[in-house]
Amino acid sequence: MYRILKKRKINKDVDLMVIEAPMVSKNTKPGHFVIVRTNENSERIPLTIVEHDKKTITIIYQKIGFSTKELGNRKIGEFLEDVVGPLGTAKDISYHPHIIGIAGGVGAAPLYPQLKAYAEIGCSVDLIIGAKSKEYLILIDEYKTFCRNIYVATDDGSMGTKGFVTDVMKKVYASHKYDLSIAIGPLIMMKNAVLLNNKHQIKTDVSLNPIMIDGTGMCGNCRVSIHGKTYFACVDGPDFPADGIDFDELMHRQSYYKDEEHQCRIKLGNDHE
Amino acid sequence: MNKRQPMPLQDKEKRKNNFNEVALGYDLNHVQIEAKRCLNCKDPKCVNACPVNVNIPQFIQAIVNKHFEEAYQLIYKDNILPSICGRVCPQENQCEGACILGIKSEPVSIGALERFLGDYALSNECLTCETIEDNHQKVAVIGSGPAGLSFSAAIRRMGYTTDVFEALHDYGGVLRYGIPEFRLPKAIVNQEINRLKSLGIQFHKNIIVGKTITIDQLMEEYHYQAIFVATGAGLPRALNIPGENLNGVFFANEYLTRVNLMKAYEFPNQPTPIKIGETVCVIGGGNVAMDAARVAKRLGSKEVFILYRRDMHSLPARREEIDHAIEEGIDFRLLLNPVEFIGEDYQVKQIRAEVMMLGEKDASGRRRPLPTGKFKSFNVDSVVVAIGQSPNPILKKTTKNLKVDGRGRIQVNGCQTSIPGVFAGGDIVTGAATVIEAMGAGKCAAIEIDTYIKNAN
Repeated sequence: MYRILKKRKINKDVDLMVIEAPMVSKNTKPGHFVIVRTNENSERIPLTIVEHDKKTITIIYQKIGFSTKELGNRKIGEFLEDVVGPLGTAKDISYHPHIIGIAGGVGAAPLYPQLKAYAEIGCSVDLIIGAKSKEYLILIDEYKTFCRNIYVATDDGSMGTKGFVTDVMKKVYASHKYDLSIAIGPLIMMKNAVLLNNKHQIKTDVSLNPIMIDGTGMCGNCRVSIHGKTYFACVDGPDFPADGIDFDELMHRQSYYKDEEHQCRIKLGNDHE
Repeated sequence: MNKRQPMPLQDKEKRKNNFNEVALGYDLNHVQIEAKRCLNCKDPKCVNACPVNVNIPQFIQAIVNKHFEEAYQLIYKDNILPSICGRVCPQENQCEGACILGIKSEPVSIGALERFLGDYALSNECLTCETIEDNHQKVAVIGSGPAGLSFSAAIRRMGYTTDVFEALHDYGGVLRYGIPEFRLPKAIVNQEINRLKSLGIQFHKNIIVGKTITIDQLMEEYHYQAIFVATGAGLPRALNIPGENLNGVFFANEYLTRVNLMKAYEFPNQPTPIKIGETVCVIGGGNVAMDAARVAKRLGSKEVFILYRRDMHSLPARREEIDHAIEEGIDFRLLLNPVEFIGEDYQVKQIRAEVMMLGEKDASGRRRPLPTGKFKSFNVDSVVVAIGQSPNPILKKTTKNLKVDGRGRIQVNGCQTSIPGVFAGGDIVTGAATVIEAMGAGKCAAIEIDTYIKNAN
């Protein structure tokens, strides 16, 4: 069993949780993720390991569906049924003089350990971070500890530039040169960020979050087409160079169970009546 | 002589709508009649034909004498999972295939008798009070499928401290995620595994060896004296044809894992969904394909058909599974080789297949399907690709010096891999095979590892 040691609300929809999981943290590196089940009948949810130490891992999750809300209902001192990992292929952190991180919404969580690792090997790291509005921006204080510049975009203009991260990217690129960009957020954001980076000849790495079940390469649910070849995000990724990724296919694959998720949300609503 | 007693089955119309077990098992009357059919041969062919060499005539004679507990113990000595093997072994190719009665009449229904005893023991709690003398030597087992379980029981009985590491959140491997409830109830799997826990075998879930912990770490930090790798054939094979990543195209592993491990057939009472629509095509002709097709019926699909590139005669699935599928209204569309999935807005709508004809016999002894240049299309809401599994590659990718062949199977000498102290068996060595063959490999590996550790000390 996996004890919840700390839990804190980051915003209305997002929590941070520190979980006792020494077997998971032992071999964890940036880019790794875990699969979590709250109860013995829960869904398996993939979540990035945002931080870890010898005995614990930290996850950040957005309470949007039945299963993430179920996770969010767990309190400090309680246990999670299952935490398995570290899963995926660790990110190859190699030196690039100037790196621009691009985070959309809760994508700031999986981006955090990667950017931090780049900063730790001496790269100069900037960040463009976007969200619906000011209260949905996460981890800015943490990013401040190692980012040289942080640029903010909000859909409603409640903080930083009013608009999308791509609007900020255009402005920043007018005066700054980057050797590598790491973009993590909603698929549509990553797709557009990649298109823009391509125009500026900046290589982009992305982290993908397709639907997964086992997370060990067994089921093939998390298939991704890259230059027409199939990869499994759970074992070959979740981080990939963005070149050649079929984002449109991914967006459709991600929404396959949209109606069923809705059904589950209704059920959750009833449970709370 | 009495005729072979037929296995009582759940009504075919009713069972299409539920996940309850199809084969209901013999009652005492069937068991007595069937057991008395055994000739108790002096030189029993059935025993050698069993991958774990269960003493079949002996246990059948114990049934004749109504000593059920003794009969059970006689099986359990050699086969730790009788309730499971009685259900899923292809007995027609093994013990029953070798039964002398089969030459002129029908073989003894050994599988059904085994199943009866297994279930009898589970419901009557015939616990084996085995006294195991601990030798304080440690072995690790990677994977809790049939090979891992069989190995664990055998090595634990020799006194070893036995730790089983499972990647998923529940034990049993393919017994858990692959074989559906209506063919192998999970309550049976749970009971059989609990019995192994009572032997003192330690089970650890959520440990992916190669990721959570490496083979080197198991040896150096945790001081296991030997490791048995039984990670199975978990990698789905793809057709590699256009449109395979469209929505609605599943690999059998995903589809069955959702249904069996995650119990998606109870959605929304279970949170993991499955969506397949009204018309479902299953590609392949093995047991997994039959399972997938029969699951689709039970999930409510109206039209379910198997698409297979050879003829009915060449289907690799067990006869029993094919018959049950036909009874449940699964349509077989044969001599068709899929060439493309056609979609609309990234959702599969149609499958296009080439009409095949049979040529000369190939290496498998079956007539080779040859292309004709003619094509047919079928409308579908979803497709399940069930054309086989390859060995799981995680361990190979993360373990230096672990030699595998061109098809990803771990290379062994006996059960010894290219790394000293590391042994392997089951599907990870042979490629996808049967439950009982994997169990046979586990049993052999236990003897080999015992010798290895004794010589090393």
